[in-house]
Amino acid sequence: MSAPLLQVRGLTKRYGARLGCADVSFDIDPGEVLAIVGESGSGKSTLLSLVATELAPDAGTVSYRMRDGVLRDLADLSEAERRALMRTDWGFVRQDAAQGLRMAVSAGGNVGERLMGLGERHYGRIRGTALDWLGRVEIAADRIDDPPTRFSGGMRQRLQIARNLVTSPRLVLMDEPTSGLDVSVQARLLDLIRRLSAELGLAVIIVTHDLAVARLLSHRIMVMRAGRVIETGLTDRVLDDPEHAYTQLLVSSVLAA
Amino acid sequence: MTALLTFQDVSKSFTLHLRGGVVLPVVGGVSLSVAPGECVVLGGPSGAGKSSLLKMAYGNYRCDAGAILVRDGDAVVDVVRADPRVMLSLRARVIAYVSQFLRVIPRVSALDVVEAAGREGGLSEDEARARAKNLLARLNLPERLWSLPPATFSGGEQQRVNIARGLIADRPLLLLDEPTASLDASNRAVVAELVREKLAAGAGVLGIFHDSEMRDAVATRIIDVTRFAQARAA
Repeated sequence: MSAPLLQVRGLTKRYGARLGCADVSFDIDPGEVLAIVGESGSGKSTLLSLVATELAPDAGTVSYRMRDGVLRDLADLSEAERRALMRTDWGFVRQDAAQGLRMAVSAGGNVGERLMGLGERHYGRIRGTALDWLGRVEIAADRIDDPPTRFSGGMRQRLQIARNLVTSPRLVLMDEPTSGLDVSVQARLLDLIRRLSAELGLAVIIVTHDLAVARLLSHRIMVMRAGRVIETGLTDRVLDDPEHAYTQLLVSSVLAA
Repeated sequence: MTALLTFQDVSKSFTLHLRGGVVLPVVGGVSLSVAPGECVVLGGPSGAGKSSLLKMAYGNYRCDAGAILVRDGDAVVDVVRADPRVMLSLRARVIAYVSQFLRVIPRVSALDVVEAAGREGGLSEDEARARAKNLLARLNLPERLWSLPPATFSGGEQQRVNIARGLIADRPLLLLDEPTASLDASNRAVVAELVREKLAAGAGVLGIFHDSEMRDAVATRIIDVTRFAQARAA
């Protein structure tokens, strides 16, 4: 068995009396895609924010295997180390593109910024790489100088993906990346995510309320309700033969397309 | 010779929590095995649990009790208890499953669907490409369709893509759930030929074929699953 890339143990977060998420543990191997599903308020986005160290947990740890092979508790990293990790080895694709992109900066600048974070200073090379990545996410080269405010919702999400993947991260977090998009736009984005994550061997944690998205993209699935993990396992097994009453309810509530 | 697949006293029921916890028994006391070169066909009326048995062997359905042993080279894996990662690895290398329906992926062409399945099954890119073309040609899928996504294909055309996808790699254990249901006689004959080639190469098949012609063409043994239904109340 390969060594896990990410190790989450006992993550717990309370908002006053309300439970954000309780005692969540899981591992992610390199190249593995995990879907976290549940209704709104189930704690799945809280969990993602805890993993991304954007929220501080009340209890529990998030450990990550650094490029030197050492598994480190993220709470022990210095602020500079933590930020460097998030900017290079991790990506975070957000539901609201305005939170994941710099809306006033050109598309090329959005992609190039993460490269400059790695120390790249050569303008021609940055632009060349940005152009290459725009092509890979199917954004026409002549849009490189346009800011994302002039892009459609689907294009903004694809730009977010380019911005995140340009630094060759090993782990990408995705928070409802396809919700709010038209169905045909969703299909294109899903296909892109599926293809790129397989090609690049990315580990992905994707939070979604859409079970079809989970089925298409993920190897494993974790079902959350009221802050707790209700059921976990192989994606198709959990969706086709759900064990827990709540998972059965979720699966049976979906209209078959 | 060790069997490729062994069911040991397996039972399965569904508990319907949304229906007040009603328990639907599916099968009980299932013991059977599939040796290399064997094509074991499950017989019995619909609703007897034939498809469920295939899904359990593929790790798609849980089991209540028993073991389902799959040979993986020199090792043996119990599918009932296997970790999801072990199960995914088994599916990539050892177990092929062909259902009656193609679950289409938006925007991916028929040829790419089949080729990708070959690469996932351990073939090189060139080998996967060559085999995908060969299989689609043998299955009489018109070449003008190869570059199109199968979403708009007819049922029979989609099914042939599905079969090509399931058979492209050299997995030693094939689970076939009525793969020929929507095919005409000449394409059924092609599938029978493909299955016999797999058997000759040492693969084992556990399958469901309602069509008697297809069954006669490939079956080495038939197991009537109604006998497992009799034990399922226990």
